[in-house]
Amino acid sequence: MFRFIIRRSLGAFVILLLISAFTFFMFFAIPQDPALLACGKNCGPEALELIHKNMGLDKPVPEQYFEFMKGIVAGRDFSVGHCDAPCFGISFDDQRNVWDTIIDRLPLTVSLTVGGLVVFLAIGIGAGMIAARKKGTLTDKSVSSLSLVFSSMQIYFLGPIMLGLLVYSTGWMDSPKYVPISEDPIGWAVGLLIPWFVMALIFTAQYTRMSRSTLIEQMQEDHVRTAKAKGMSKRYVFYRYAWRGSLTPIVTILGIDLGSLLGGAIVTEQTFSLAGLGQLVIDSTNNKDLPMTMGVMLISAAFILLLNIIVDVVYGFIDPRVRLA
Amino acid sequence: MTTMTKQAETPPPSAGDPYLTVDDLHVRFSTEDGVVQAVNGLSFGLERGRTLGIVGESGSGKSVTNLTVLGLHNPTTTEVTGSIELDGQELIGASEKKLEGLRGHKMAMIFQDPLTALSPYYTIGRQIAEPYRKHLGASKKEAHARATEMLHKVGIPNPKLRVNDYPHQFSGGMRQRAMIAMALVCNPDLLIADEPTTALDVTVQAQILDLLRDLQQEFGSAIVFITHDLGVIANMADDIMVMYGGRAVERGTAREVLRSPQHPYTWGLLSSMPRLGGDVNAQLRPIEGTPPSLLNPPPGCPFHPRCDFQDEVTGASCVRDQPKLPDGRAAACHLTAEQKRTFFIEQIKPRLG
Amino acid sequence: MSDELTVTEPEISSVSTGEPLMEVEGLVKHFPIKGGFPIKRTVGHVQAVDGIDLTVHEGESFGLVGESGCGKSTTGRLLTRLLEPTKGKISYRGQDITHANRRQLKPVRSDIQMIFQDPYSSLNPRMTVGSIIGDPMDVNGINPAGGRENRVRELLETVGLNPEHYNRFPHEFSGGQRQRIGVARALALEPRIIVADEPVSALDVSIQAQVVNLLQQVQRELGIAFLFIAHDLAVVRHFSQRLAVMYLGKVVEVGDRESIYNRPRHPYTHALLSAVPEATLDEDADDDQRQRIRLAGDVPSPIDPPSGCRFRTRCWKAQEKCATEEPPLVQIAGNAEGHLTACHFPEEGTISAKGAEDIVMDEALAAMEGSEPADAPKVTDASKG
Repeated sequence: MFRFIIRRSLGAFVILLLISAFTFFMFFAIPQDPALLACGKNCGPEALELIHKNMGLDKPVPEQYFEFMKGIVAGRDFSVGHCDAPCFGISFDDQRNVWDTIIDRLPLTVSLTVGGLVVFLAIGIGAGMIAARKKGTLTDKSVSSLSLVFSSMQIYFLGPIMLGLLVYSTGWMDSPKYVPISEDPIGWAVGLLIPWFVMALIFTAQYTRMSRSTLIEQMQEDHVRTAKAKGMSKRYVFYRYAWRGSLTPIVTILGIDLGSLLGGAIVTEQTFSLAGLGQLVIDSTNNKDLPMTMGVMLISAAFILLLNIIVDVVYGFIDPRVRLA
Repeated sequence: MTTMTKQAETPPPSAGDPYLTVDDLHVRFSTEDGVVQAVNGLSFGLERGRTLGIVGESGSGKSVTNLTVLGLHNPTTTEVTGSIELDGQELIGASEKKLEGLRGHKMAMIFQDPLTALSPYYTIGRQIAEPYRKHLGASKKEAHARATEMLHKVGIPNPKLRVNDYPHQFSGGMRQRAMIAMALVCNPDLLIADEPTTALDVTVQAQILDLLRDLQQEFGSAIVFITHDLGVIANMADDIMVMYGGRAVERGTAREVLRSPQHPYTWGLLSSMPRLGGDVNAQLRPIEGTPPSLLNPPPGCPFHPRCDFQDEVTGASCVRDQPKLPDGRAAACHLTAEQKRTFFIEQIKPRLG
Repeated sequence: MSDELTVTEPEISSVSTGEPLMEVEGLVKHFPIKGGFPIKRTVGHVQAVDGIDLTVHEGESFGLVGESGCGKSTTGRLLTRLLEPTKGKISYRGQDITHANRRQLKPVRSDIQMIFQDPYSSLNPRMTVGSIIGDPMDVNGINPAGGRENRVRELLETVGLNPEHYNRFPHEFSGGQRQRIGVARALALEPRIIVADEPVSALDVSIQAQVVNLLQQVQRELGIAFLFIAHDLAVVRHFSQRLAVMYLGKVVEVGDRESIYNRPRHPYTHALLSAVPEATLDEDADDDQRQRIRLAGDVPSPIDPPSGCRFRTRCWKAQEKCATEEPPLVQIAGNAEGHLTACHFPEEGTISAKGAEDIVMDEALAAMEGSEPADAPKVTDASKG
């Protein structure tokens, strides 16, 4: 297990390096000078030169990349002061330390993603279990069709509708807001409840379907029959044998979904006007804010890779056959 | 030494009542294509300490019968009539709760493929311990100790260590041993073994057959041994029942059925398999045609479309009337006793070499 | 149907004297195992086939027996070049085809055909019987005189199927009939040798006999050689004139049928033969006199096979020498011509028990008799990763 995590972490490190290089060099492929934006309307060549120098844009691109990467490990000195490691530079836009901004915004996005994930897994697996146990009945059919309806909707459509329904017209809930979990765990959960559910409803459908079909398949397995032949009760056989076997494919699609999950979180932030990484990534790209773009890209990639490693570890946890693989 | 003399050598007159009695069992299931008549009017009895070998090919109803005994059929699509009595208790129509209490406790089953029949997610020890805890109310620790003991009994080396292994860490033969340990953990009085050695290599098969025979001596259970392999059945069974098309077509002690078989289907089975001691230049005599459709079984004797001897029966009984299987040593065939004897001695026996 | 099979009276001494058709020398197939830390690399090999020599003669049926994992199926796939040999030499009618490429193989391909074990998964469910049998002719540019369709109908008849079923799909046939389709497909290219990998083990007993008879008819009437791979010793004895016994990637004994079955010399062959359950109850039958040998445990892992003789960990005759020196496959004194055995301490050439003492090597049996297995051969883990 330990070896496995080390190996995967090394792999993740290589992927992050590739992402950083790709993002950095692509940035310079865009034919627009970020210094022009900073320079303002009355910008002379000398002023531009100076800004270039301040931003470090006067050096060759590979050297700039090397400086940037060195900063993450060792920290960097800027005209405005020292930037501690991990240093992702100073934003071209607001002159703040990029790392500080990310640290401000990251908890919200992580809360949204992880919370949404928990909610949709719970609903998806739960609904799938109900449908599988009541296979062929009205309950089964309602669950299946309902999940299909929600899955064909979009966050930016479902989001406003939920807001209108639960917040504006009935006043049952407050507008979604972010309260750090360390300050008020209940407030944190209540504040994000609506976004979680909106995200979850859209992702749930395929988990419901997957969970239902694999459970039905598992119930036909030989080892489930053996468990019945031992006299174990129906409930026991269903939960301990069939259900356990249905988790592997669910974890598999979860691994595939992780990337789009972060995308979903960004759209959700936009829909509910929450200030997370989503707003940051859009703004920084529009503003040609290289350090910020790099920072957000790398942090979100690292986050997804981390989730992926967790998924793989969970795999081994579910199925002893893939342990120590 | 472990050369167990087979009980068949001296069939003890049945003193007690049979432990398992199946009477006029019919099993039908509805499928998309129609109603499958899997078992039709099957009756047999089995005492403790004896082994009944059920021989038949795929679709003969041998496996369905035994899943029905355990109540493992799908209740929504399957219709079961007749009677199955275990130690005097009627199982057909019994509550699920009652059946759960009997399964794994009084009657246990060993399946064909030990790889798929064991759950990959739990340790061998846990899977063996489960029924022991459920039926005998043992604590976790007691059940674990019992699982280790059972593994030792079935000849798994290092049972204390191997009890914590997962099935994929066991070889095929060892998995089947573990499966046997699991079935015997509560000392069941009835053990149903459904092709327990078909998936194994011959040398391993020989190990497992020895083991089953010895364990039966120790535990005194009644064993129903299902197989398609007449060689295996000759090694294991006291009594043999031959099934074809969902019916029993011949019944008797192992010696009777193998030495003087009476049913043309049994003749066909015996002459279609090559033997180690047979004449290599003699052609195998397969049974022509294919097994009957259970959706739409032929009228009369189910074997008549493949039978070489139907012309010997006067009238059209074979096509019209379902031959009955009388009690005791018998075959369900319209041939007269005299015909059965002469045909076997004159035509079949010479082929068997 | 057996009446239709007008089989010519088989010669009593059917040991082939034909020309060598396929020759295999020192054939090796190792499958790499990836692993290691932190970077994956090849850390070992599954030694599926580890240096075997075989010769299949023109028109003969050569049996290959052994238990699962002995490498018999891999050997079959190497001979048909479905797998690339790691080492060794395969020659077909004197021509080296060991590493022949697609183009070089083309003329040979149609001569070497294969029949598979599972009649369900080895036929494409979306193709009609007509194209399953006929397409190989297309691919190999064979244009029979009366046209392909006629030829296919002819073949269907040869294998005992109704030619009218030309346009049917595999799912409309039973297992035995599908295996007949498999035979017809193999015959379509008029091969000289058919590698049959457990062709009857998935079939019911009564159907098995039908297919065995069909194969026998094909072998005798069309003069096609067979490499018949099977685990069922009785079927191999019935079908093959010569055979090789494999254990853990090696041939341990090879010879003609009569010699191997009646006068086996290798302890493993003895154990195999003694384990076959026979449906005879007669006291006078040789069943009761057959030696009773029970091997302990399981076949060791082919990743790390025992040194010297590979069978020594389960052999009752094993001595020091067996661990250090690999026994060569040679003709032992007293063996018939062509009967080769790889053993330092061969058994006597008889299959009946030598005395009251049976050889029981099973720890389970030993344990049940009350005595702990003292230093019984180690049972090797079968966890093959």
